[in-house]
Amino acid sequence: MLTRLRLMFRSTAVRLSALYILLFAICAAFLVFYVTAMSERILVQQTRENLVEEVGDMQRAYERGGINAMLRIMERRARQPGANLYVVTGPTGEILAGNVASVQPGVLDDEGWTRFPFTYEPYAESGPARRHMAIANVLFMENGLRVMIGRDLGEPGRFRGIVRRALMVALTIMGVGALFIWFGIGRNALKRIDRMSAASQKIMAGDLSQRLPVGRSGDEFDRLSESLNAMLGRIEKLNEGLRQVSDNIAHDLKTPLTRLRNKAADALADEAPESRRAALEGIIGESDQLIRTFNALLMISRVEAGSVAAEMSEVDLSAISADSCELYEPVAEEAGLSLTTSIAAGVKVKGNRELIGQAIFNLLDNAIKYGGEGAGKPEVRLVLSADDGAVRLSVCDNGLGIPEDMRDEVTKRFVRLDASRSKPGTGLGLSLVEAVMDLHGGSLSLSATHPDDGTAQGLTATMVFPALKP
Amino acid sequence: MDTLNRPEPLESGSAKEAADAIVPHMKILVIEDDLEAAAYMTKAFREAGIVADHASDGESGLFMGTENSYDVMVIDRMLPRRDGLSVISELRKRGVETPVLILSALGQVDDRVTGLRAGGDDYLPKPYAFSELLARVEVLGRRKGKPEQDMVYRVGDLELDRLSHEVKRAGKEILLQPREFRLLEYLMKNAGQVVTRTMLLEHVWDYHFDPQTNVIDVHVSRLRSKIEKDFERPLLKTIRGAGYMIKDEA
Repeated sequence: MLTRLRLMFRSTAVRLSALYILLFAICAAFLVFYVTAMSERILVQQTRENLVEEVGDMQRAYERGGINAMLRIMERRARQPGANLYVVTGPTGEILAGNVASVQPGVLDDEGWTRFPFTYEPYAESGPARRHMAIANVLFMENGLRVMIGRDLGEPGRFRGIVRRALMVALTIMGVGALFIWFGIGRNALKRIDRMSAASQKIMAGDLSQRLPVGRSGDEFDRLSESLNAMLGRIEKLNEGLRQVSDNIAHDLKTPLTRLRNKAADALADEAPESRRAALEGIIGESDQLIRTFNALLMISRVEAGSVAAEMSEVDLSAISADSCELYEPVAEEAGLSLTTSIAAGVKVKGNRELIGQAIFNLLDNAIKYGGEGAGKPEVRLVLSADDGAVRLSVCDNGLGIPEDMRDEVTKRFVRLDASRSKPGTGLGLSLVEAVMDLHGGSLSLSATHPDDGTAQGLTATMVFPALKP
Repeated sequence: MDTLNRPEPLESGSAKEAADAIVPHMKILVIEDDLEAAAYMTKAFREAGIVADHASDGESGLFMGTENSYDVMVIDRMLPRRDGLSVISELRKRGVETPVLILSALGQVDDRVTGLRAGGDDYLPKPYAFSELLARVEVLGRRKGKPEQDMVYRVGDLELDRLSHEVKRAGKEILLQPREFRLLEYLMKNAGQVVTRTMLLEHVWDYHFDPQTNVIDVHVSRLRSKIEKDFERPLLKTIRGAGYMIKDEA
């Protein structure tokens, strides 16, 4: 029971409700006491005002007819229903006449209004006598006679009873109110939080497609759910990408590893030193290719992680472009393509020369590899241009190009268009270019639009750099 | 991934054969905390005719590097007890001028720059092929004691004048493009040693990464056709699985 209570108290809603009850109870108690005190004072005040007239009557009767006339009036009035209280005492304090059995001692000691309500004992008509509260005016007469004219206020427990009842009612209302608050607000909120944690549990268990429930009210909970859902979407996408990559890696590394293994087995079985040597050299070549693939993968992750902290400086993109073309010109020629350029002079960007160089190399390499396949003139063209908004470096070929729906795909790791893998390559070239462009705050765009004349042919890969700020 | 750092078997590699013939003796220090990788490395170096001492942490590496005399040191960047870069700068502070090659698996593109700033002479990122490491160690070891002041490089009847930029073979002038000249210059500077494609891209084009493709081969074969076209004896050899070497076989 205690643990359950403690458990319940862990809920914010229960704690808040308890706090509300406490505050309400304190307020209610204060209110009740204040109201009773006030109404008691008003009651006494009113009673006194009623008595003033009575006291005046008695004084006038005494002045006119002496003590006997006053006693007569007193006697007559005492018999009426709901009569006031009358007491006449002698010098020693014994009651000589009146409709009261006894009075709280000391009440008749001072003349004038009694300061506080006092208790008295009326004549019991039936049953045991009960003490009542009253207020009174005391008159001092000749011969030590004292006359008290008073009015009943009721039984002494009456006020306290009223107070207690009022408190009970108030507290009941508070309790019901708190329960209502807890049910209406707290429990509702609690349930929603429970639903959210249940959904989170499922997500943690691996089901990233789960989403947190979102209500229609658009309140804090809904907003929280929405942001968490957006976060989950991003995580799911990243996770999906990661899985895609590892799937691709597994697939693309299995083939060369199998080949490597087979070659090693062949070499082992081969007795002739010459062919055995050739087989072993083949193994070395195969291993080097694997190492290259890994190097390229590592390079991409380093660039993507941005941990590169690569030294970014002002680099001469025109010079890098010219260098790259000079490096690749013989390669293009050997592949039966012509490499032409249109390089704007003195174009500078903020960047890392090594990374930009490698990105351009990759684009040229791709263009030379696939550019000769199309029907157009076998030509690769590098165009570098700059306007005040951006710097564009395009490498275009007249090859078969990339279908529009595949253009987003080819920048993913290991994605290659020719499924047969007939041309050598890692399928990592464009991934690196895109990672490098991301790092430089630019982008890589693939299209079929030639930058020179706008005609549609082959593939144009454009590296867009932000212009250098003056 | 670790296995990629291991050298390929050298018994059949032609790189080893070439190295064996040229370097009868070289003593190097390998500071590497991966014991398995270090064991492979020392064994492979030994097979290539290089004596390799091994230290497995920065402090003992620093001690051995200071106390003994080596031709080259191969230092891993991440080492227990003392970081690789700190070992290098401390060695330099103590006046040890031995060429240092830095090995690194750190995920940063600019490792090379920081490594060279700390006093390293060459840099090789992991994973690497052992042939690449071997070629670089050979070149570093040769550099020691070989004056840079040579104004004319000679290999057989091939002559390269670094001042006038003239290239002659058997007294007959050969016209080369500027880039071809630098390519030949680097090859001849390291005549008799294996030069890898990455090393060529580094020294001739000043880009420090693995060219991945045959781009260097095309340039080398162009150069080859120019210097060997009218002559009987080949000078520029392709070392399979490693790179190129210029050498007079006579």
